[in-house]
Amino acid sequence: MKRIAEPALLAAALVLPFVLGATGNEFYVGVATRILIFALAATALNFIVGYGGMVAFGHAAFFGLGAYTVAILMNHGITAAWLTWPAAAAVAAVASLGVGLISLRTRGVYFIMITLAFAQMLFYLVVSLKAYGGDDGLPLASRSALPALDLADDLHFYFAVVALLAAALALFARIDAARFGRALAGIRQNETRMEALGYPVFRLKLACFVIGGAVAGLAGALMANQTGLASPNLLYWTQSGMLLVMVILGGVGSRYGGLLGALVLLGLEEWLAAITEHSALWVGVALLLVASFAPRGIAGLLAGRRNG
Amino acid sequence: MADLLALDGLAKHFGGIRATDGVTLDVRAGELHALIGPNGAGKTTLIHLVSGALAADEGSVRFDGDDVTRLTMHERAGRGLVRSYQITSIFPHLTALENLRLAVQSRRQDWGSSFRFWQPAARDAAMTEEAAALLAEVDLAGRGTAQAADLAHGEQRCLELGMALATKPRLLLLDEPLAGMGREESERMAALIAGLKGRVTVLLVEHDMDIVFRLADRISVLVAGRIVATGTPDAIRDDPHVRRAYLGDEIVPIDRTLPPVRAQRPCGLPLHGEGRRGDGT
Repeated sequence: MKRIAEPALLAAALVLPFVLGATGNEFYVGVATRILIFALAATALNFIVGYGGMVAFGHAAFFGLGAYTVAILMNHGITAAWLTWPAAAAVAAVASLGVGLISLRTRGVYFIMITLAFAQMLFYLVVSLKAYGGDDGLPLASRSALPALDLADDLHFYFAVVALLAAALALFARIDAARFGRALAGIRQNETRMEALGYPVFRLKLACFVIGGAVAGLAGALMANQTGLASPNLLYWTQSGMLLVMVILGGVGSRYGGLLGALVLLGLEEWLAAITEHSALWVGVALLLVASFAPRGIAGLLAGRRNG
Repeated sequence: MADLLALDGLAKHFGGIRATDGVTLDVRAGELHALIGPNGAGKTTLIHLVSGALAADEGSVRFDGDDVTRLTMHERAGRGLVRSYQITSIFPHLTALENLRLAVQSRRQDWGSSFRFWQPAARDAAMTEEAAALLAEVDLAGRGTAQAADLAHGEQRCLELGMALATKPRLLLLDEPLAGMGREESERMAALIAGLKGRVTVLLVEHDMDIVFRLADRISVLVAGRIVATGTPDAIRDDPHVRRAYLGDEIVPIDRTLPPVRAQRPCGLPLHGEGRRGDGT
């Protein structure tokens, strides 16, 4: 089942823009791109929340830092994606290392609050960067440049996003089965026991936090390219909340939790916005339903009774 | 025999209560040393201090000649000072085999670190083989694919012991391994522990006096945070301090005709015995 589902999913993602083109809905290629970028960011957060067992409430900060990295480098004339996108991930990784080093000494509600506080500090930091747009954000002169693809073309950009999301999903699945991922599984189920076994729990969690931060930074780089703007709003706490909602909606700790959450939440918003003025209300109702009846998210509903 | 573990003047207080009040104790390499004492004597606190789960206020813990008083629990575990838990502490949503493999994987000196992000752990054949051998050793051979949460209580206790053994401890701290077990389960667990003698040095905290006196090479008696006596089972049985501490009740089996526990493997498939609960002192 799973063996067919994954290639089928990828094939569907690759065929989608052509279907949209043939039916005169090219506009939705941009919508789909945006959804998949959020899916990447939510997948990165799910790695921290679902695999590492750390409920982080400031993930938008790393997302936003990635966007700013690309915009600022472009502002200084560096446009090559193979330089600026890894740089976005690296900046986010360094930031999450700093945040993680301090906040991972706390847990539970304190961890939630301290990650939120750090994210807000980074938000105010970028707002204060008057040279880079301050409140208004920093526009990109163009999309990043790649040798083979023309990223300015929405279709090419879409494929780049699909490729990176697929690579990230594969990477996280790989990590999950590797020693590192098994150690994380142990930590989220019984942290004290892992300590007693002699595992360096703090460093393992920190590494998990940094990987999740780096991938969010990459997603931010894509988002800046998609909208043509690095906006402070990308770092705002409501954005962190939305990413967390996606993870919970999609399924905490399941491989496709982030993807499903982004698809459903943003898809629902898009669809409801077309038919009602009160779309936020109905999104809220949908959230309540999932929280009440599917505690393991949509992925949990789809998988039936499986444990991870 | 050389001392593997030496406690010197170890003390810990919680508010005004001195839970551990200047404990001096040595555990010799290779012996099975039991720690007994009435409820509230501070046995579990002492285990916490030795394992590093709690920091001592005074005194020192020396392990194999090195001062480990300031080391964290995982640093001590890395040196081979490993504990098992009074309350079963396993990974409930992993299978029994995965539980053991994770415990085997913890030995960095043999396998390298856990910071490996690519190669599937399940394909590490040597690691899996060792986990499977341990599974058989604690008599859970047929239960490898069962989720740990679904194992019977006795089986979980065996898994717990297997996980402690997987780390190849030099000193194993066993905190009430028989807690909550029925008579038959207890006997099997005792046999499993007897099987460790000579291979692993053990510091055993246990309420079941009957089994302690049959298993231990030496026994130390803890009363109100202090060691009042240390000696062979026979010496402890006849020690007037010990008799006074216990006020003649609760322990000290006088019946010397009980057979010694024989070392044997089978540890116990589900035996729904009436639970004899260990308490949390």
